Amino acid sequence: MAVFPALSNVLPGHRLKHQRHRSPPITVTGLKYKPTADSTEGNPNGKQIRSNGCNSVTKLHPLDSTMATIKPRLSSFSRNISVVPSPQTPGLKCGPNGTTFVSSGIPDLDKILGGGFPLGSLVMVMEDAEAPHHMLLLRNFMSQGLVHNQPLLYASPSKDPRSFLGTLPCPTASKDDKSRHSDSEQDKGLRIAWQYKKYMGELHQNFDSNRDDKQVFCNDFDLRKPLERHYFSAQRVDCVGIQDSTNLVALRDRCATFLAQFSRTEGSNSCAGRIAIQSLCAPQCEHSNMEWDMLSFIKSLKGKLRSSNAVAIITFPASLLSLSSSKRWQHMADTLLSVGAIPDEDKEMAKLLSGYQDMVGLLNVHKVARLNTQVPVILEATTFSIKLLKRRFLALECLNQAPVDGSSGSSYGTSSSCSGSSKTLDF
Amino acid sequence: MNDNQSLNLLDRALGLDQQSRTWPLSGRVVLIEDSVETTASFVLHHLIKRSLSSNSSNVIVFVAFANPFSHYDRVLRKLGCNLVTQRDNNRFFFLDMLMLQCPDGDEGKSEVGLVSLYEKIRKTISLLPEDKKSHVTVMIDDISLVEVAANGASDYVLDFLHYCHALTSEFGCSLVTLNHKDIYSNTEMPTFILQMEYLADILVKAEPLATGLAADVHGQLTVLNKATSLALGSSRNKVHNFHFKVKENSVEYFYPGSRG
Repeated sequence: MAVFPALSNVLPGHRLKHQRHRSPPITVTGLKYKPTADSTEGNPNGKQIRSNGCNSVTKLHPLDSTMATIKPRLSSFSRNISVVPSPQTPGLKCGPNGTTFVSSGIPDLDKILGGGFPLGSLVMVMEDAEAPHHMLLLRNFMSQGLVHNQPLLYASPSKDPRSFLGTLPCPTASKDDKSRHSDSEQDKGLRIAWQYKKYMGELHQNFDSNRDDKQVFCNDFDLRKPLERHYFSAQRVDCVGIQDSTNLVALRDRCATFLAQFSRTEGSNSCAGRIAIQSLCAPQCEHSNMEWDMLSFIKSLKGKLRSSNAVAIITFPASLLSLSSSKRWQHMADTLLSVGAIPDEDKEMAKLLSGYQDMVGLLNVHKVARLNTQVPVILEATTFSIKLLKRRFLALECLNQAPVDGSSGSSYGTSSSCSGSSKTLDF
Repeated sequence: MNDNQSLNLLDRALGLDQQSRTWPLSGRVVLIEDSVETTASFVLHHLIKRSLSSNSSNVIVFVAFANPFSHYDRVLRKLGCNLVTQRDNNRFFFLDMLMLQCPDGDEGKSEVGLVSLYEKIRKTISLLPEDKKSHVTVMIDDISLVEVAANGASDYVLDFLHYCHALTSEFGCSLVTLNHKDIYSNTEMPTFILQMEYLADILVKAEPLATGLAADVHGQLTVLNKATSLALGSSRNKVHNFHFKVKENSVEYFYPGSRG
C-alpha cells in the first residue's frame, strides 16, 4: 500500500519522467500485471483482471480490489506514454520545473547556469564601468538568437544601434576539428581494448549525435569573424536607439509589441524571442536620472516576460546608480551576472592564478534564475575567468590557484614543484 | 504524523504550536526580510501551506507583484498543496498585480492604483461568510515592487500598508509581507523599512551565512516574535535563530552546529 502516497505525491513534471523510465508492474495475487490500456478498459468494475502473460482470470481478494481502484490512475500513466514529446525546436531545451532554456551563446555559461537562460526570465549583467566585457555576453547572446532564427530586439544608447550588429561573431564549424581531436583520442584508447572496437564505435556514434544536439543548442562563436549576412533578415532584427527619447515609454511600447508575438497563451512553443538592452542607465540617456521610471520599466518588462516565450538581457553600469536603486535592480533580476576587467600587469594576481595571461576578465554569477521552484541554485564556484581560446572563442573557467612556489616555504611547496606545474587546486 | 515532524523550528518560532482555537497569527502582522543573496520567499510558501492545510479553515488573499500564479502553483504543489483546488474552493484568492502601474506619483494619482487595490482586498474579505472573516491572511509579495508600482511614492505605499494593517484589527485577519532589507540598508534614513518593522508583530529575517553560500546551509533565519513575550507577561522579546536548507518539498531547519 506504500504505492498510494508515493503516487499521489508525484508531480506532473516528474510523472513524465517516471513514465519514460519505468512503467511499474504490479503483482496481483502472484501474477505480474502490467498496466496497459486495453486491460483496464476491459475491467470496468475492477474486480477481475486479466493478466497479460497468460490468459487466466483471477479473482481478487477484497484487499486487492483496493489495488485495482488505483488502476485507472496507472492506466492514465501508460496512456500518456504514447503522447509523443513535442518536436524539439532547435535552440530550445527543456529544463526542470516546466521551464525551457535558450542558450546564452557561450557553452560554458550554459553549463554553469544549468542549461541556459530559462524562457520568461530577465537576465541582468552588471557592467564594469571601465571595460566593455558585457558586450561579449551581449554579442554571443544576440548571435546565438540570430543563428537559431529567433527574433531579436536590440536597444542601445549609441547613436546608430544597427551598426553594432556588424560586430556580432559568427558561429564556427569547430565541430570538425573537435571530433577529429576526440577521434585520435579514441584511437589511442582502443589500442588497449581493440576487441571492443565495434561497441566503442557505436558508443562513439551515439555520443556524437548527442553532441550534435548540443551543438545545435549552443554554437561556438568565432569572435574574429563577423556574422554572415544571411542570418540577418530585416523583420527579425529590431534596433532601437534609446539616447534621443526623453523617457522610456517608447522603449516600453516597442518591447510590449515585440513580446506580444511570443505570448504563451497562444500555445505555440515553437518560437522564442530575445531582447538585448545595453546600458539601460547610461548617463547619455535622458532617462538616466529618473530612477523610478527605469525601475517601473524593468518591472513591466519582467511582468510581460513572465507570460511570454522570450528572454531579456539588460546590462547596466551598477556604479552609476544609487546604492539602493542598484539593489532594487538586482532584486528584479532572475539571473544576475557581473563582469569585470582584470588589471593587465598585476604581478600578485599572476602569481596567484594559473593561466592569468590568457584571462581577459572575470565573470561573477550572483543569482541563477529559479522559476517555478523555491530551491536556490548553489554553485560550486561563483567567480569565473573569461578567456579567449585561440584568440577566438569565449570560454569560462573556474579560477585555478597557481602551483605553490617552492620558495614560499609551505609544506607541500616542494612536492608540487616535484610533480610538475600542471597540478592546480580549485578554490 | 507525530508532532515533531509536523511542526518545525519555524512554526514554533512563529508561535504556530500554540494550542488555540483560532489561527495563532490572526490579528498579527508578519514581516519577512531578505537580501539579494538569500531569498526568503520560502517562508511565504511555508505560510501559505500552513494556512491552507486541511485542519484549518483559513483563507488567503495573495497580492502578487513578483511572480505569476503558475510559479506559486508549481512551488506549492511540490510542497503538497494544490492552489488551483484551493482557489476553486474559495480559500485562495490570487490578485495578479504584475502589471499594476500607478500613474504619476507627484499628483497624488498614484493612490488611485493602490486605493483600488485596497478596495479589492477589502471587498474580497467582506464577501466571505461571517465565520471565515477572522481567518483571513493577506499576503503581499513583495513590498519593494509595490513601491516601484507607485513610482517611488513610498508615503502612499505606507498609507496602503496602514490601511491593510487596519484590516487586521477590523476583521482580525493577519498580514504577511515580504520586503528586501538590503535595498534600504544604504540610505541614511530608512524610514520606510523602519516603519514596516514597527508595524510588524513578528519579524523574520533571512540572511546569508557570513562565510558565504553553501550547499548544506542556505542561510540563517532570525525570528523576532514581539507578541509572545507580551502574552507571557515578560518584557523580553523572544529571538529564535536557526539555519535552514531549502528543498523542493520541504525546508530543513536546524540549530547552528547541530548538523554534521
